[in-house]
Amino acid sequence: MLLTRRTEWPAWGWASPFAELERMRRQMELLSGGLSRGLLEASSAGVFPLMNVTEDKDNYYVRAELPGFKAAELDISVTGDSLSIAGERKLPVEDEKAQYHRRERESGQFSRIITLPAHVDTGRVDARCADGLLTVVLPKAEAAKPKQITVKTS
Amino acid sequence: MTDAENKALQAKEKAEVTTPAEGTKPGLVFTPAVDIFETDKEITVLADMPGVKAGELNIDLHENVLTLDSDVKPPEGPKEADVIREYNTGKYYRQFRLSQVIDQAKIDAELKDGVLRLRLPKVEAAKPRQIQVKTA
Repeated sequence: MLLTRRTEWPAWGWASPFAELERMRRQMELLSGGLSRGLLEASSAGVFPLMNVTEDKDNYYVRAELPGFKAAELDISVTGDSLSIAGERKLPVEDEKAQYHRRERESGQFSRIITLPAHVDTGRVDARCADGLLTVVLPKAEAAKPKQITVKTS
Repeated sequence: MTDAENKALQAKEKAEVTTPAEGTKPGLVFTPAVDIFETDKEITVLADMPGVKAGELNIDLHENVLTLDSDVKPPEGPKEADVIREYNTGKYYRQFRLSQVIDQAKIDAELKDGVLRLRLPKVEAAKPRQIQVKTA
């Protein structure tokens, strides 16, 4: 009983100065993040790879920039309304005696799952990888497609 | 290299170019990530340029300044509406000043899966030569 009461103590309780600081810090972060980043980038989940999702009447299109990946190295699967992409980027070892001036390209593993706004027809999903750009076309399930409704006049 | 094997890739926002010279065409310009390494014979530049087609890439070497410049057409179709947009597409632009003399005629560029591999062979004079000291 005492334990539950203690956590519910108002702002002047013994644990609260830190909680209050934490709350302020989070609000400041939210504020500064919102200012420094553009409106569009604000929705980024910060998980590799960054993805763009677009839609038209029939399909969803998921795009990701994956330079140097081969289509066979990517593991893509779809269930209901979620798409998962996993893979590994290996940078081949160049000449042993080579002297590096810059090394900005990174290697490593990744996996990401995104949830689409609606269910897709999993049987007809198509993925293509060209020029380092992955495009996954996901046809919307029949139930998720917009339907034209005609208004009847009596 | 050993610790890189199991490392998870981190999402990085594309770096936008901040050059004093402003582009005349509207649109975003990004800096491609590069690896540059040098051997006795040549300098190799590897650049990540996803979405670039071979015909859209311009490579120029003039007075020891190497320029990579490419146009990228947006991959989205005209009828598509954004749901989530985490990255933007635009041109790639980057310049390097080379300290070595390059044999212009033997430059070789290959674009594969969005990665550019540029070989810049050094001219004969710039290659280190082992000099044997003869004893009399």
